[in-house]
Amino acid sequence: MFITTGIIQTALEIGLIYSLVALSLFISFSILDICDLSTDGCYTLGCAVGAVVTIGGHPILALFLAMAAGICSGFVTAILQTRFGVQSILAGIIVNTGLYTVNLAVMGFSSNLSIFGSDTVFSLFKALNPSKAWGSWSPLVLMIIILAIVVFVIHWFLGTRLGLSIRATGDSRAMVRASSINPGFTITVGLCFANALTGLSGALIGQFNKSSDINLGTGMVTIALASLIIGETFSKKSQNMLWKILSVIIGSCLYRLIVSVALRLNVPTEAFKLVSAIIVAVAIAAPQARELILLHRQKRAAMKENLSEGGER
Amino acid sequence: MLQLVKISKTFNPGTVNEKKALVDLSLELQDGDFATIVGSNGAGKSTMFNAIAGSFYPDRGHVILDGEDITFVPEHMRSRYIGRLFQDPMLGTAPHMTIEENLSVAYLRAGTGRHAIFSRISAKEKKLFRETLAQLNMGLEDRMKNPVGLLSGGQRQALTLLMATVVTPKLLLLDEHTAALDPGTAAKVLDLTKRIVKERNITCLMVTHNMNQALELGNRTIMMDSGNIVFDVRDKEREGMTVEDLLRRFAEDTGDSFNNDRILLSTEGGV
Repeated sequence: MFITTGIIQTALEIGLIYSLVALSLFISFSILDICDLSTDGCYTLGCAVGAVVTIGGHPILALFLAMAAGICSGFVTAILQTRFGVQSILAGIIVNTGLYTVNLAVMGFSSNLSIFGSDTVFSLFKALNPSKAWGSWSPLVLMIIILAIVVFVIHWFLGTRLGLSIRATGDSRAMVRASSINPGFTITVGLCFANALTGLSGALIGQFNKSSDINLGTGMVTIALASLIIGETFSKKSQNMLWKILSVIIGSCLYRLIVSVALRLNVPTEAFKLVSAIIVAVAIAAPQARELILLHRQKRAAMKENLSEGGER
Repeated sequence: MLQLVKISKTFNPGTVNEKKALVDLSLELQDGDFATIVGSNGAGKSTMFNAIAGSFYPDRGHVILDGEDITFVPEHMRSRYIGRLFQDPMLGTAPHMTIEENLSVAYLRAGTGRHAIFSRISAKEKKLFRETLAQLNMGLEDRMKNPVGLLSGGQRQALTLLMATVVTPKLLLLDEHTAALDPGTAAKVLDLTKRIVKERNITCLMVTHNMNQALELGNRTIMMDSGNIVFDVRDKEREGMTVEDLLRRFAEDTGDSFNNDRILLSTEGGV
């Protein structure tokens, strides 16, 4: 069989873990209208912090500390742009560069760290039930539970006054200043929140793969953006925030499925980054290409009509 | 009461583009004053508004509102008590958020305590927003869940006006807020402005390029030129003044004729 349940299962597991990064970009990119390029470094930071704490024997605490690390990273990015007027893209790049060294330091100046033999949230959850089916499906169940909590929190948060202020900040800066909201504050809170999700994602992937690698996050921002954009095609016309959030997760899982298919087609591993980039470019360009094709058809139909009218005369 | 004390602002000082936007500008506005401001382009009208609203800090001078020196209070803090409308109706609202969400963001100015940052819009507030919207007679009260981007420019400007006044401001700044609207809608938004300002006795400054409007609206007319006020007429003195009188006064006070096509053209029509 070309696509087995196993492939879909793995795609969903990884897709759900990665969807946290996509949700992070949903907050920073879609809502705040800020391109946060510190995502790659922050993701690795979450993984590194998570791995170190997991090896220390606290896999659950690891998730929270990874989120805290993400918040710190987001705070620095935010302060650079709100207080010191560094352009948002540049602020992200600066933090991302700095994080490389920080991440190495967290991992004790080694470029990778194995957490084999340590308990992870996945192994703890699996141990709840000895049955074989549970053993194979438990990671997916755990991710669904975590995602459900995260979706609930994001949805709740965006409905509060602070959440509304953050949404307004990305939508109309002039209006926000006229409404007694300090855009510097809302941007800071938004970026901290977003990066907490990135950190959590990093910690989860570390525990899932039982390892942490300094180059783990490379290209993460592209993958997450692709997931976000694929997801947003589902919710373009919707005003429902919950659906918008869910569609980001769907986008991330879909992206993983597309990648799985590419892998099944025996794409050599060296070509994998190129394949990823092509998938991303296609995903982003597809809506526009569709418009172009529609416009072309409309033009041809109009020309035909013109010709037939001319013929009658 | 608003007091501007000898405010100066120079842009790009020391360069060829140096522009003295405000020069020792002083102005006192009593509570309940509704002053219209006229002046040619570059006279410093918007710069004065920016100084009052806190979009930048003046080089010299003080801004005093109700006895409190707010010269260096940041813009977002001032917007708690200063409402502002721009010429561009797109600036005052968030297009991708619903009417209800826009109003609740504006309602944040209501203050603290009960309105903690993690609280949600209450049913009582939704009712208040609905009643406020119903005043417009635009049917917006039935479209509270619609994104503001779907509204017309006039509707958006009317909504912005509601947002600026949903919590009664100490001062309302109107920067040609009807200039980008079609005549019918402009009249409607202007009527609404008059009504709200009168009902709540809001102190108000309004920039306009329509000379008739400048004389008919409010109780005071201020003319600006080269970063300062060239004349300021109110109540009795203003009654019976015609557009011609206004232009003559301008020529006498500045030794220059009025050279703004937009104003001269708009003297023809009514309000």
